[in-house]
Amino acid sequence: MKVHVHVSLKPGVLDPQGRAIHHALEGLGFEGVNDVRAGRLIELDVADSVSDEALDEMCRKLLANMVIENYRIDKLETA
Amino acid sequence: MGFRSAVVTFPGSNCDRDMAVALEIASGTPALRVWHGDAELPERLDFIAIPGGFSYGDYLRSGAMAARSPIMRAIVEAAGRGVPVLGVCNGFQVLTESGLLPGALMRNASQNFICRTVSLKVENSQTLFTSQYDQGEEIQVPVAHHDGNFFADTETLDRLEGEGRVAFRYLDAVNGSQRDIAGIINGAGNVLGMMPHPERAVEPAHAGTDGRKLFASAVARLVDA
Repeated sequence: MKVHVHVSLKPGVLDPQGRAIHHALEGLGFEGVNDVRAGRLIELDVADSVSDEALDEMCRKLLANMVIENYRIDKLETA
Repeated sequence: MGFRSAVVTFPGSNCDRDMAVALEIASGTPALRVWHGDAELPERLDFIAIPGGFSYGDYLRSGAMAARSPIMRAIVEAAGRGVPVLGVCNGFQVLTESGLLPGALMRNASQNFICRTVSLKVENSQTLFTSQYDQGEEIQVPVAHHDGNFFADTETLDRLEGEGRVAFRYLDAVNGSQRDIAGIINGAGNVLGMMPHPERAVEPAHAGTDGRKLFASAVARLVDA
């Protein structure tokens, strides 16, 4: 089973990287970009027996830092 | 007997030797060296130091992988028994990632790697790491980091301030840290994490020797005990 874990900074946590990307987009002449937040995508390939609880625990214990980050788990269709 | 200290080395640590030298200068006893894959610490340690560097290449987040290494389980256990633990720079990041200290260290607000000597204020001279400093003393210590921007929620920040757990504060804004916090201690007072490098300010050939008192504080506590 393919699993995508999206890790993003919590709302309200300053994102210097997102801000720099925002500035760069403006520098390239793109208009109308209101805000940019940068995150991280982690792709897992796990056995079908891996439970939702285990995936959740992976996120909480390692993949995301719960002090500053949120995560979202997307389970993709197995081909 | 002497002062039994240990310095941990992770793949990518680069301040471990400097840390060991600083501990030997302060105590007169060579520091023991511990490898990240070791499951156990040497016995009867008086002090554990987690040095700066780029453990595991800063993969995932700075300090994230090191915080889950075998030796860190032993260090968390030792810290729980009251053994003093100092984490500097990447060591501070490891301590927050391991949960021994609250908060997180994010990318510097400027996005730049910052490498220069900064002025710090000793906010609490009653800790086992700072007893040789005067309360409010200003000291000069180098910083060298990309991810030193201390973040915690307001409630945590208020608790740290209220409990005297801010050990060091930047006199000028350096990296975007909330309330200019440069170093904090845990609730029990035996774990200190700080971004500035006291081990880089212990020799006349360094920019200064203001870091000496930190190591001397830890040694003095043991002698007095």
